[in-house]
Amino acid sequence: MYDLLWLIPALPFVGFLILTLAARSLSQRVAAVIACGTVGVSAVLTLGMIAGFLWNPPADYAHTVTLWQWMPLNSLEIAFNLRIDALSLVMASVITVVGFLIHLYSSEYMQGDEAYTRFFAYLNLFVGFMLILVMADNFALLLLGWEGVGLCSYLLIGFWYQKPENGFAARKAFVVTRIGDVSLLVAVFLIFSELGTLQLSEVLALAPDRWAEGSTTAWVVSLLLLGGAVGKSAQLPLQTWLPDAMAGPTPVSALIHAATMVTAGVYLIARMHGIFELSPSAMTVVALVGTVTLLTAGCAALVQSDIKRVLAYSTISQLGYMFLALGVGAWAGALFHFMTHAWFKALLFLAAGSVIAALHHEQNIHRMGGLRKRLPVLFWTFVAGAACLAALPLVTSGFYSKEKILWDVWISPLGGPWFWSAAILGALITALYSTRLIMLVFFGEAKTEVSHRPGKRSSFVLIVLAVWSLIGGGIEVPHNFGHLTLLSNFLETAIPASVELPPGLDLQLWILLLVASAIVTGGVLATVWLYGSGSPLRQKISDRTSGLQRFWLGGWGFDTAYDRLLVQPIVWLSQINRRDGVDGLCRVAVSLGRTGHFLLSTTQQGRLRRYAIGISAGALALLILMLLQ
Amino acid sequence: MTLATLIALPFAGGLLCWLTARYSVAACRWIALLALGIGLAWTLAYWNHGSGPDGWILEEKISWIPSLGIHFQLSLDGLSLLLIALTFFLGLLSVLISWHSIHERVGFFHFNLLWILAGTVGVFLATDLFLFFFFWEMMVLPMFLLIGIWGHANRNYAAVKFFLFTQASGLLLLVAIVGLAFAHQQQTGQLTFDYNQLLGSQLQPLAEFWLMLGFFIAFAVKLPAFPFHTWLADAHSEAPTAGSVILAGILLKTGGYGLLRFVLPLFPDASETIAPYAVLMGVIGILYGALLAFAQTDLKRLIAYTSVSHMGFILLGVFAWNEVSQQGTVIQMIAHGLSTGALFILAGFIYERIHTRDLDQMGGFRTLAPRLAAFALFFAMASLGLPGTGNFIGEFLILLGTFREHMVLTTLAATGLVAAAVYSLWIVQKVFHGKPGKTQSLPDLNRMETLILTLLLLGLVGLGLYPRPVLDVAAGPLEALRTPVYVTAVETALKEDAP
Repeated sequence: MYDLLWLIPALPFVGFLILTLAARSLSQRVAAVIACGTVGVSAVLTLGMIAGFLWNPPADYAHTVTLWQWMPLNSLEIAFNLRIDALSLVMASVITVVGFLIHLYSSEYMQGDEAYTRFFAYLNLFVGFMLILVMADNFALLLLGWEGVGLCSYLLIGFWYQKPENGFAARKAFVVTRIGDVSLLVAVFLIFSELGTLQLSEVLALAPDRWAEGSTTAWVVSLLLLGGAVGKSAQLPLQTWLPDAMAGPTPVSALIHAATMVTAGVYLIARMHGIFELSPSAMTVVALVGTVTLLTAGCAALVQSDIKRVLAYSTISQLGYMFLALGVGAWAGALFHFMTHAWFKALLFLAAGSVIAALHHEQNIHRMGGLRKRLPVLFWTFVAGAACLAALPLVTSGFYSKEKILWDVWISPLGGPWFWSAAILGALITALYSTRLIMLVFFGEAKTEVSHRPGKRSSFVLIVLAVWSLIGGGIEVPHNFGHLTLLSNFLETAIPASVELPPGLDLQLWILLLVASAIVTGGVLATVWLYGSGSPLRQKISDRTSGLQRFWLGGWGFDTAYDRLLVQPIVWLSQINRRDGVDGLCRVAVSLGRTGHFLLSTTQQGRLRRYAIGISAGALALLILMLLQ
Repeated sequence: MTLATLIALPFAGGLLCWLTARYSVAACRWIALLALGIGLAWTLAYWNHGSGPDGWILEEKISWIPSLGIHFQLSLDGLSLLLIALTFFLGLLSVLISWHSIHERVGFFHFNLLWILAGTVGVFLATDLFLFFFFWEMMVLPMFLLIGIWGHANRNYAAVKFFLFTQASGLLLLVAIVGLAFAHQQQTGQLTFDYNQLLGSQLQPLAEFWLMLGFFIAFAVKLPAFPFHTWLADAHSEAPTAGSVILAGILLKTGGYGLLRFVLPLFPDASETIAPYAVLMGVIGILYGALLAFAQTDLKRLIAYTSVSHMGFILLGVFAWNEVSQQGTVIQMIAHGLSTGALFILAGFIYERIHTRDLDQMGGFRTLAPRLAAFALFFAMASLGLPGTGNFIGEFLILLGTFREHMVLTTLAATGLVAAAVYSLWIVQKVFHGKPGKTQSLPDLNRMETLILTLLLLGLVGLGLYPRPVLDVAAGPLEALRTPVYVTAVETALKEDAP
């Protein structure tokens, strides 16, 4: 049965090919069926594989299938190898299941768009590449998936290509992530020149033997891999592309820029955990990147006025939590948060998409309001998503996953109280902006007429995601209430799942849990009071556009800085050198030739007088010379 | 059919084209197609043909000027086979794209086209250095005419520039060839231009260095490597589409081929001395070419500069001198031939429709011609080295192989991939995205155009996903080229002594 695993990525590719080649002859309905069907079957297959792993696991809890020899050289064999283990399967299940739901949602959402088939072709292509990325067994194949999803991200951000700003956002996303890709590529080269292989499992097996703990090579490799990860996962300092990526259709933001592609960096680090563990200082860098990102992006989310940009910054911030978890060695915690975040952020984006569609494509939250009564399904599902995002205690999956990260950060030798405090501060900020979003969009007075209501398929998808976001946290429950660790147990077959738990910390755990819950709940209640009561403080906040607010609105000035420091100098250099300075040498040679030609040809004008003068002058000169000698 | 007929085929075909065009233009085009088609089929038939004990699939040697030790000597191995197949394939496509775009002096056009190809095939086959030089020069003149007669507005300047650059570098090559033959004569008492015999020459280090430099510069001009690249932009942008395709797709590859076949095996020690500088030239070429590409407003000129950037990788791959990097070089040469050829063809299709190459006159073509846009998107992706296309395999293997030898330079070269993304996506943005502006109507691709681009697309995807046939064919010859001859000689001697 496991030999069929190649079908999981292959089916979406087949869907892509059909949709591309037969684009003109397919009706929208058929196109949607093909697109959803292929991803749906992949999802079923993935879940089947997971079930298989639970009841009848393969040897070593992994299965590899070699499809064909890709680059067979004497000194290096690269095959088209797909491998599944617990980590790949967890990723693949989210990609296919959430991917399927988003496909289903889009089949209704995108109705009426001229390029309906093209949209689904790209979406299928994306799912295929994403599955290759998480199932690749060597770096070359991983790069195929890695760059492939980048391409799809580019295509889908710029989906409405007639607007130049969409094209700009798409190119920005591709180029900025490609900077990270180069870092990843160099990491791959370094790994190959040190270990002589590109096979992921071999790299992980060889690395501890070749590199001592704390060795410089391991440190460099880890940081280069991190460079790749921050590009894809929109972490500092390469986070600037994600807010602009919201130019794409909203289901794309849900699938690519929230649930799946942006977590590729998390996957990469989790997959390469063996290398990161060899370099504790690199792990700390990962944790620092995560912490700084989650705080800065959280602050930026507080002041945004575009509903999608709020969610985009919140995605960056939540990815920051995952990086923080990776940095302290809480591998399972990072993946747990990846799963819950995929559900509730997909839910939030899809719900936001329906809100936008309901309001004549209005994206400014200050012009929304009062939608609670008029769009009840959207209201309740959005609230469910926002509650998960804010990590409201007990009833949301986000609570369990964030709690796990906080707890692991606290006890891990690489973490500690400082990281924990920053993460708690981040949790408070998250609670503030999630609640602000709810209050502005769904409460208060209505400012824009509702023109369109979500259809049956959209509502179905939203409800499924909402229910699952609320109860899905049950797969991993802290050890002081219930101690259920389904996910960690499953992941433990592939990666070291959790931070070692020192005994006798129950009391601490309870205290931390209560503190975190109190802070989050307090943040939510404060925001509800602030926006619900019409208090003068609120007026003060929304009226005053302080420098700090503007600074945060622009995402901490990163765009401006990069533009001034990098983009403009390069553009300037390329403009002044437009005619190619080196070619200047040729032009000089040409003009020298021309001048020489001109000078000499003036002596050959055919005028007898001049010749006579020339001859006499020459003769005279010769005579003088002879006389002087 | 012998190797000589493989060269004679386009030669004779070209003459025949010229003659028949007076009576029937269509016949002329069909003759060109037929000659190139036979050539391609013949080449492909030898794909899986085993090679002889000395590594050649086929060899031919006829005495030509015996007093000077010059032979008409041709040899085919896997490396030449791949490049000859590429030559015929792109040649066929060039005839097809000229079908509706060339109407003036059709016979003479095809004569020149086929003679360029004949010269190129000769270059890939010749193993007598004098003969090699003969073919090397033979490619130039018809190309000069092709640019000078059927080119765009500034064609004379471009043609003369092209001619002067290649002539000057050809002179260096000639001097170096003769010098090498004399040095060999001094040592062995025998005057010969036979590649196989010259391989074992033991040269004085200084002499070796200067002779190597003569070869190296000639090939670097053709490649073209920074700082010898300046002829390329003018020649490419002014040439007719078929000319640009052949220039970018095939003529540039003779430079890479020359480096692989002659420079390193003939002058191993001197090549090692120059290797870091050659790699540096490659890296500068990659980044400088990209920088030039950003600033262009002429579509063909932009594509031309991307060639400078892509060909920089060839220098890296050749001079890293290991299996991985050299296999990458071969793939890169083929993939670049197909992808840049395709971009020039696209530029040609657009030019035929709107009669300008100015990017500012373009925009929004995706709405007007979706199929054209889809192909352009694919070839832009190939140009930026997206995995799944042959270009990725080439660049990946080259960088992977070079990294061990030159870490810092390879890292710099890898940043060229970011630059490639910038200029490739810029083409897509300027030409295809946005709203239709100054150009309001644009017919989409017709069947023949779709077929041409589909063939190129399949070639690139095939090379990207299943490059094995190419890698297998190139493996033997590359290994032979990497093994210094005296090692081989010692091994053979040992084998003979053993029983």
